[in-house]
This record gives sequence, structure tokens and C-alpha cells, in this order.
Amino acid sequence: MASHDTIPLGAPPVGLRGAVSGARTCDTTGLPVCLTAQKFIQFNAVSAVVCLLVGGIAALLLALTRWPAVHLLPAQWYYRILTLHGFNMLIFWILFFEVAILYFVSTTLLNSRLASKGTAWTSFLMMVAGAGMVEWTTLTGRSDVLLTSYTPLQAHPVFYLGIILVAVGTLIGVGNFFATLYIARRDRTYSGSVPLVVFGATAAAIIAVVTLLHGAIVMIPTFLWSLGLMGAPDPAWYRLIWWGLGHQSQQVNVCAMVSVWYLLGTITTGAKPVNQAVCRGAFVLYILFINLASAHHLLVDPAMGTSWKIWNTSYAMYLAVLASMIHGFTVPASIEVAQRAKGYTKGLFGWLAAAPWGNPGFSGFFLSLLIFGFIGGITGVTLGTQQINIIAHNTLRIPGHFHATVVGGTTLAFMALTYYVVPLLFQRDFHAKALARVQPYLFAAGIVTMSLGMSFAGSYGVPRRHWDIDFTGAAYTPGFDAGAHLMLGIMGVGAVLAFTGLLLYVLLTVAAVFFGPRIQGRAMTPWHVERAAAAPTHAADEHHMPGTTVLVGILLLSFVIYYFANWKALADVWGVR
Amino acid sequence: MSIHTPPADWFKPPTGAERAWIGLALVWCLIMSMAMPYWAVKGKQNSSGEAYRVEPADFSARVDRFVAAHKVGELDGQPVVEPTPGGDAYLLGRMWAWYPILKLRQGQTYRVHLSALDLQHGFSLQPMNMNFQVLPGYDHVLTLTPTSTGEFSIICNEFCGIGHHLMTGRIIVE
Repeated sequence: MASHDTIPLGAPPVGLRGAVSGARTCDTTGLPVCLTAQKFIQFNAVSAVVCLLVGGIAALLLALTRWPAVHLLPAQWYYRILTLHGFNMLIFWILFFEVAILYFVSTTLLNSRLASKGTAWTSFLMMVAGAGMVEWTTLTGRSDVLLTSYTPLQAHPVFYLGIILVAVGTLIGVGNFFATLYIARRDRTYSGSVPLVVFGATAAAIIAVVTLLHGAIVMIPTFLWSLGLMGAPDPAWYRLIWWGLGHQSQQVNVCAMVSVWYLLGTITTGAKPVNQAVCRGAFVLYILFINLASAHHLLVDPAMGTSWKIWNTSYAMYLAVLASMIHGFTVPASIEVAQRAKGYTKGLFGWLAAAPWGNPGFSGFFLSLLIFGFIGGITGVTLGTQQINIIAHNTLRIPGHFHATVVGGTTLAFMALTYYVVPLLFQRDFHAKALARVQPYLFAAGIVTMSLGMSFAGSYGVPRRHWDIDFTGAAYTPGFDAGAHLMLGIMGVGAVLAFTGLLLYVLLTVAAVFFGPRIQGRAMTPWHVERAAAAPTHAADEHHMPGTTVLVGILLLSFVIYYFANWKALADVWGVR
Repeated sequence: MSIHTPPADWFKPPTGAERAWIGLALVWCLIMSMAMPYWAVKGKQNSSGEAYRVEPADFSARVDRFVAAHKVGELDGQPVVEPTPGGDAYLLGRMWAWYPILKLRQGQTYRVHLSALDLQHGFSLQPMNMNFQVLPGYDHVLTLTPTSTGEFSIICNEFCGIGHHLMTGRIIVE
């Protein structure tokens, strides 16, 4: 594999026999593409990118308001745009993209057709209608309740109805995915076990069902209350069930993101899992142990006891964290083994240095892996420690954490995937490829800067979701340390960078999808051509991965230091029980 | 290949570095699991979630009785209230203020009752950076022992409407 012009997929897939009717054969990969699935992948992906742009513009306005030197928006619009940002980024962009991923992996990778066109229409139209309703109530000031809409804050009934429609629409799309898995197995379109990526996507879909059911349980009574048909849902009950939706949906994102890591690892470097049983086992751990995570948001709540909090936040001995630590090893290990087999054997990290860093599909995915692991993962587990949460709850440390997981992690991985989705499924080539090669770095640098700014500002006690930390007009005006203001400035600079990266992504994608050179009938132009490497000096060893071992060693060391530093910080505050 | 069906014999136990990492990660997960129960017993900072149902109007009446019984002065028009060491103190969150100003003694322990009159609020003590959730209908009891002296501010860190940023309060420790 010294040099090639196609995606390094290796030997023709085992078990793929012939193409299904209503499908085309991909000119690049030779994989079958169901045309109905392709259409809905396109619809969902385009909707996702539109929501990303809306949420991104909102993000810029918010950052320029939280940056004290700028303080752009008036208070009312700050909270309104914050509501808009949360829904577009965390819900609409992600869910539309995930439905697209589910349709893709269940058809193309299983050589199957999409189970139902009508169901796909129903799902898509419900999601679009629901999203439109939420956008409308939010922009017209009828739902200034933020993403969480904690009772007894109340919004317009159309707002709750919109959320219900999005949740049920997504659930129907997930149902279509399961139906496709079923017909693929029934019609024997493949033999043996499903590919790892399909397995991971299935884990995401299973968690999504549990998550979306929580959404229905909490939103239906809240909707009825907004219509005056019943009393207000109890605020503690609402928080418990809402976070069954709010936090678990992030676990859906983790599963989808890890699946995309495996997918892009294979597409960009030809990597294959070192041990499939380990990778699949880790996905099973997610399914079994992730669904208690709503406790993360209730660690300093009244009415939940110590043992309840400890048990639920550690997901039963942190077995879901173990799952992420396993993927954090297996993903780079598969890249290292693949690269070493090509002859990139120099030193500990020669394989990594020789990786295709100019290919945005690779750089985006690997940066996503690093940001998720080193920043998002470590902070998340630490802040979700029962007692440590006392010095973190509702401060900017929390968004500092999750912008490193869901933005630096999931969103960046989805962006990286787009650099293959457009040529392979829209059959259009990108313009301005040099800019595309820079885009993941720009976005990653912005998100990392912003996330660190938020985290450190939060360590000074700066609250999240707060219009003015100078408390202008309050009867009594506390002040924050100058360091906190500096950190908010760093957050602002990072946000501007990240927004530039986001805008570049949207412009490149839209330009390619609508105006890109058509590439029907020929293979996509590869993002990189493998350099000729020295031939392997010794037989490739599938278990030789010293670079990965050092990388995860550094990760664990950073984790341990950050974790115990936080216990130390906690020990310095007042006694409380 | 992650995107192709795996060979039939894919189910294998992990070996080598991968196996060692899984073991090491599991040990770390167990250490983290043990840290929380350990701190719940030995540590001085815990969130036990002690709480009682209370009607907002009843809680408000209890706050008023507490202020009347223990008021020791006024600051910027707000009552300053000094509870008995070892006894109960009350703090009400409402749109948009924390009421009243509490005066505590260093090293003494108080049962501070937190509740909200209207919406959810976030008790955030600065610059200590200690944070607790405050819900209407729940009397959230913090058994609090101030270990440093000075004037501390309370801000709200749960969104409670357009005047959220105006919601401040104070605890004075001597």
C-alpha cells in the first residue's frame, strides 16, 4: 500500500454479495449505496448543517456577551440566544446528523436497503416541524427558559410540543434503523457479525431509545401544564427525569462519535481494530452502565441522599468511564498498528508523525479523540465526582467540560466525517481544499482555548448562564477576581476562532453540496496520497503499540493529577454536610 | 476493518499492552469509586441532600420569624441576622435577592435552611465557590461550618429570569 488513489479499504468486504435493487455502487469504495437512504442522509445532513450555522451564530453572540470587555447583547436577548444556541447545537445539529449516520451504516455497511421510505419521511418532517416550532417560540420571546426549561419556569405550549415532535421524530428514525438491521439480517445481505461501526451505532441507537423515552415522560406532563390542564411538575422530579434526557443524549453522542472514530480511522489510514471483542465489549459497557448519568446534575440537589448520589454518579464502579478509556486505547492502537505495518516504524511516534495530517478526515478525527480524552473526559469524570461537584456545579467549569466533549469531540468528529460524506453520498467535490485542510485545526484550536478559558473562569466561581458578572444594578455588587475577567477574555478569543472554523466548515460544505464539481462515475479525489514508506523491516506485529501505550500513560497521569488537585481544592473550602 | 463484517473468530480475549491497559484503567476506576464513600465518612465537605417538603409561603413565614428573633442590625437596608451557634439559620432565594444577610462565627456549625419562593435558584458562595441547588417546595438543609472570616457574597447561578444577575446576598463571618 505504498501509493494509491483510492480510499484504503483493503480487501473487498467479506459477505457483501451483489448490490440491492434501488442502489448504486460507490465509485470510490465499491460499497453499495441505497438511493432512498442516500436521499434521507442528504436531507438530514443538510438540516444538521443549517442548525449548526444558526447555533454557531448564536454562540458568537453569547461569547461576545460573556466577554466582559465587549458585553454585546442586552440581558433579555442573551438568555433568548442562549436558549437558541442550546437547542440548535446540542439537540438539532446532533440529532439530524445522527439520524443520517444511522441510515448510512445500516444500509451501506450491511449491503441493505432502508427499511421504510414512508417512515423516513415521517421522521424527517416531524423533526423539521418540531425544530421550527422551537426556533419560532424562542426567537419571538415565547420560551426564554433556556435548554433545560426547569419548572416552574414556563414557556409557550408550542415550545414543548416542538420538543416532543423532535424527540418522537428521532425515535421513529431510530426505529427505521432497527427495522433496517432486521431486514438486512432476515434477507442475509451480510454474513456473520455486523461490522464494528454498525455495532457502535446500534449501541448509540439503544441508548437513544431510553433517552428519548425520558424526554417523553418529562415533556408530556410539562406540555399539559403549559396548557393549564394539570399542575406544575415537581421541580426535583422534573430535574431527575429531564437529565435522563439531557445527560443520556450526550452518551448517544459519545457512542456515535466513537463509531465515527473507528469509521474514519479505517477510511483514512486503513486501520482495523486490534481486538474486536474489546471494542464491542466497551460499547456494551456504555449500554449497560451509562443510563444512570442523570445524577451528574443532581449532586448538590436537595432530596437526593449521599448513597444515591455516589452510586448513580459512578455508574456502578465507573464501568462506563472504563469503556471510554478502552476506546481511548483501541482507537490510536489500531492506527499505530496500521501505520507500522506500512513501514512507519521510526521511534515511538514515527507512525503518528507520518499520519495523514493534511487530510481533514484524519486530522479532525484525531483532534476530536485528543480533545475528548484529555480535556472533556478528564474534567467530566472529576466534576461528576459527588463531593467535588460542590466546587463546580453551575459554574463555567461545566460548559468548559462539555464544550470539550460534545463540540471538540462529537461536533469535530462529525465535521471530519463530512469531508467524506459530501464526495461519497452527495457525489460532489470540495472547492478550496487548502482551506478544508486547515479547518479542523482552526476549529480545534478555538474550542480548546474557549474551553480552557471557561474552565478556569469557572474555577474562580464565575457562574454559567449569567448575563453580567459585574452585577450592574444589583443592590449589592460582589466582584470577581481580575483573573476571572482575563479567563473570560481568553474564552472570547477562543470562541471567535472556533466560530471562524465553524463558518469555514459551513461555507465549504454548502459550496460543495450545491456548487461542487460533480463526481458521478468516477472515484473521489483522495484527500491524501500515501507517501512511499520504507518497507517494514520486520514482519508486522499486530500487538506492537508502544506509542499508544505512552500516550495513554500520559492521559492517565494527567487524569490522576487533575483528579487529586480537585480533591485538594475541595478540602480547602468550608465544612458542609 | 471496522466497516466490514469481522472474521468469524473475532471473539478473543485481549492480550499484551491492551490487556494491561484495561487492567490499569479498571484499577483507576475502582480507586475513584472508593474515593467518594471514603470522603463521605472522613471528608469535611459533603452534599448529603438533607431536605424536607415545605410550602413556599410557610418557608417564607419561618424566615420572617427567624429574622425577627435574631436580627442584630441592618446593612444597606437589609436585616443582618445572627443565628445561635449550633442552631438553625434561614436563607430565602427569590426573584431577585437572597434574604437576609447572615452573620456567622468562624468554627461554629449551623443548620442553614435554603429554599426558594418562586423559581429554582442556585446558591453560590463566593469567593469560596461552594454551590448548592435551591428548589421551591424543598427545605434544603446545609450543615455549614465556616472556617474563614470576612465578607462573602452569595450569587445566583441558576437562571431565574431577566433579573438573574441582580440576585445577590451576603454572609459575614467573624
